[in-house]
Amino acid sequence: MISFTAVAGLAVVLGATVILFFLNVTLREKLARSLRPIAAFQHLQRAISLAVEDGKRLHVSLGKSDILSPDSASSLVGLSILERITQLSMISDRPPIATSGQGNLSILSQDTLRAGYRANNTLEQYDPDRGRLAGPTPLSYTAATIAVIHDENFSTHLLVGSFGPEVGLLTEAIDQEKAFSLAASDSLPAQAVLFATAQEPLIGEELFAIPGYLQTGPIHTASLLTQDVLRWLFIASILVGCALKMIGII
Amino acid sequence: MRAPLATAIAIAIGIVVLLGYFVELAILQDIRTLLIGWAVIVAGSATLIGIVNLVLVHWRRVRAPRGRDLLSGVLLAAFLLTVIFGLFLGPSDSNFQRVVTSIQMPIEASLMAVLAISLAYASLRLLQKRKNSMTIIFVISTILFLLLSSGFLATSENRYVAGALGALNQLPVAGARGLLLGIGLGSLVTGLRILLGSDRPFSG
Repeated sequence: MISFTAVAGLAVVLGATVILFFLNVTLREKLARSLRPIAAFQHLQRAISLAVEDGKRLHVSLGKSDILSPDSASSLVGLSILERITQLSMISDRPPIATSGQGNLSILSQDTLRAGYRANNTLEQYDPDRGRLAGPTPLSYTAATIAVIHDENFSTHLLVGSFGPEVGLLTEAIDQEKAFSLAASDSLPAQAVLFATAQEPLIGEELFAIPGYLQTGPIHTASLLTQDVLRWLFIASILVGCALKMIGII
Repeated sequence: MRAPLATAIAIAIGIVVLLGYFVELAILQDIRTLLIGWAVIVAGSATLIGIVNLVLVHWRRVRAPRGRDLLSGVLLAAFLLTVIFGLFLGPSDSNFQRVVTSIQMPIEASLMAVLAISLAYASLRLLQKRKNSMTIIFVISTILFLLLSSGFLATSENRYVAGALGALNQLPVAGARGLLLGIGLGSLVTGLRILLGSDRPFSG
């Protein structure tokens, strides 16, 4: 009825849940101080403050992943960031804009923006057009987002989600506008492109650290520490597996 | 608590789908298949709603009293023509498909060509823009693996050279696996936050 792989998978999920819950409950106070400084996040916080002061817009590009697909986690992180950015820029004259490449993601981005306004009791300021479906295919999404980058008065762009190598066209457009860009993707080709083109590229799992560094909530910081614990457990299990293979036990 | 009912439904469905993934129990599998089927229908409807939103945004741009966007007009005209001919001829009609792909493919190909040029230019500017050890390693490894992938050194019969090349070729594989492992763990924890109800990408 249940295979060894399924048991192992369930054990990893349950183990991660216990670690996340434990860290969130017991180390709640200490978590906020436990993050190492990363230059990209310091630059991002400065760029957000400057955008609010200068009355310029922030743009969150959520990528093109379907929420039902396995690569949707990066888009969910993007939505967490969008909510936090909405709250941080509430006092600005020009609220943030979110673009996405999937219908369901654009609806969730509208809902996330709405939640941000509702949390601050300013629901009358909410405009659903600020959560846009830019284009339903990867290249139409890119082409339409380039137009958005050039048309609106943005000073900061966050590209967080699932992108292909075509994301290079977005970072190029941002460079032409002399705006700040922080970019992270779960796709390896996109990460390589972003490393060469974005001002502040994030590599690998750094993508999942953004909400924690934007102080979205203690659970996000606990998530980062959970990832660290799981990573060390995986490294140990890989080393043990190698050792057992070398001595011929498995 | 924000949207308690929506959160409870999301958590319950998430747990059932997750269990259905691991436990091969017939009733659990049936419920999982049914729920995923519903999710696919909702996602399809969401795409339609997204497209309506896209059309409305461009319609407002065309009708804006100041700074009218003519390109939005072009988009609306193209959209209308595609919808009318698509409904009239059917999406599987070979002539309809030929017209759409004859427009879409060259545009996408030209965008990819622009991307190739802008990437080459960005690579040239990289060392100027960001002078640190990671950038130097990135540039050196890019050049090295471009050379290796070109097959320039692959024909060497010297077993030491072949061994060294084999070991070098494993480096990107190991690096990619490390990155994917990190992304996998991040995805797992992101999913758990939703299952625990602490992340709610819906306001209910």
